[in-house]
Amino acid sequence: MKQSITLSKITQLMGFGFLKPITVLFSGKPQREDFINFLKKIIVPLLSIVLFVGIWQAGASALYNKEANYKIEKALADQGQVAADEMKACIASGEISCQPNTLPSPAQVWTSFKTLIKDHKVISADKLAFKEKTAAMNAKRVAAGKDPITYTGRPSFVDQIVTSLKTVFAGFLLALLIAVPIGIVIGLSETLRSSFNWLIQIFKPVSPVVWLLLVFMIVKTLTKDSNSDSAFIISFISVGLCAMWATLVNTAMGVSSVDKDYINVAKVLKLGPMQKVFKVILPSSLPLIFTGLRITLSVAWMVLIAIELLAQSPGLGSFVWEEFQNGAIDSNSKIIVAMFIIGIIGFLLDRIMLTIQNMVSFNKNEGV
Amino acid sequence: MAYLELKNVCKTYGDESGDTEVLSNINLTIEEGEFVAIVGFTGSGKTTLVNLINGLIKPTSGEILFKGIPVVDTSHERGVIFQNYSLLPWLTVGQNVYMAVKEAFPKEQKSVLQKRVADYVEMVSLTPAINKRPKELSGGMRQRVAVARALAMNPEMIIMDEPLGALDALTRGNLQDEILNIWSKDKRTALLITNDVDEGIYMADRIIPLKPGPNATLGPEFKIDIGRPRDKTALNDNPKYKETRNAIIEYLMDIGEQRKSVSDETYELPEISPKSFVA
Repeated sequence: MKQSITLSKITQLMGFGFLKPITVLFSGKPQREDFINFLKKIIVPLLSIVLFVGIWQAGASALYNKEANYKIEKALADQGQVAADEMKACIASGEISCQPNTLPSPAQVWTSFKTLIKDHKVISADKLAFKEKTAAMNAKRVAAGKDPITYTGRPSFVDQIVTSLKTVFAGFLLALLIAVPIGIVIGLSETLRSSFNWLIQIFKPVSPVVWLLLVFMIVKTLTKDSNSDSAFIISFISVGLCAMWATLVNTAMGVSSVDKDYINVAKVLKLGPMQKVFKVILPSSLPLIFTGLRITLSVAWMVLIAIELLAQSPGLGSFVWEEFQNGAIDSNSKIIVAMFIIGIIGFLLDRIMLTIQNMVSFNKNEGV
Repeated sequence: MAYLELKNVCKTYGDESGDTEVLSNINLTIEEGEFVAIVGFTGSGKTTLVNLINGLIKPTSGEILFKGIPVVDTSHERGVIFQNYSLLPWLTVGQNVYMAVKEAFPKEQKSVLQKRVADYVEMVSLTPAINKRPKELSGGMRQRVAVARALAMNPEMIIMDEPLGALDALTRGNLQDEILNIWSKDKRTALLITNDVDEGIYMADRIIPLKPGPNATLGPEFKIDIGRPRDKTALNDNPKYKETRNAIIEYLMDIGEQRKSVSDETYELPEISPKSFVA
């Protein structure tokens, strides 16, 4: 029973409260209400997924038919009855060259997902083989003071996800390192707050694309004489700059709005200025800081795709863009796969932040 | 020389619509070892008075002398128990007390400080809860932590701002006794701000009513001539107790009446009658 208590506590803390009915069902003696709860919280949401896929399927097939009819009519108008009949037969046979290009069905997306995974396995095997083949030679090159030969084949879908995650974490870290200290300083001083307010208000709503261009201008010059990966640098800095505002504003607000009672305690105990900041002001504004960080992370993940797409950084954004440019028969379904992956990763990142946020939070009235 | 002396202290809070004088011409003298209670209505400026004596705010005019020296800042010599406990919710009971102790005795070793924390937590009988956070404690327990925190700094004077206001009658009685115990043990000076006349009479040597603000000022003082230790149940039959209590309450009632008569505003009530659902 004790284990089930901790299990439900963990799910609650992580914001997975909707899993509770399952844990209840499998621990202890389930009651009738538990089954109803299970039905309400698990079965009905599952049905909603089925409904979603059904609507998607219906929509996709309607669009498919429209596109197919359009193709046949076009053939009829341009080349006559024979060509139209040929086109009809071609579409019905499933021949790749004449398939209508439109919203893919769920089944096609699932197939593309499996293709991408298979592709990843092939590329990883290839990479491993390359590594083994060049191991001896690379050792020699390194000994001779030369750069080792690296694998330059195309990245797999999973590699691109990893790159995107790296970029978003680098950006998030940058945002944290810039926004939290500045937020604290601004929050502490009324003068600084009012003198920097215009800057925050003006730069906060600037679009990610413009940030990217600004960073590009600067980084391009700075990295001219080094062979560092400027696409990665540009994209993570842009992500960080776009996403840091929520943390900056929240930190400043948290620090400036510390409960007067806590400040009085600090005064009565005669804490030094440093002590006051680190022992009273920071702990009491942690919940707001983490709320800001959570928004920052989700904004970072959202703008990442657009920025990668433009900066040609080899992540999910460029994957989507390349597939769109590619125009192969399964490109559309690969884009939809990427869409789901982006959504799921974004959701998981948010849950991780929510968990941390819940751990550091306290009720404002707890000490009062 | 008086231990704590307030000379013609005024405090005004200003805003766009003009200044409001919350306290005017407060004169108060407290001798060393005395237990003084200030009784007043809610909103009469009691907390402002406490914050002035603490050094949290400065008087607009007048002087506050502590042992002959003007009060300009907070001091470890004057321990404060706040009205709303003001514990730091992210620290445990022990950490809350430790933080205060460390500031009061910066040169002591960690083990000595920890011993001190343990002693004072023991004194308010919260040892089993020493590793709990304020949210896990009841209101009375939190107030006891606040008491331990203030006393662990070994202040010469204890200033209490309605420390027991939010507690139930039973806990209140227990804490009153605990505070009296501590006060009498090493004969510190104590100032108690309260809205409970009985509490004042039970605990203090002198009671001074505060006429309600704006322009709050201190009324005539009432000496409590009852020997210590006082017995709560016996107190009810003590003629001196009855006499003092009646005098103070009569005085406060008079002020209340005056306050009422000052405002001659009439309020028009809306004409409403209960709706009938029968017809």
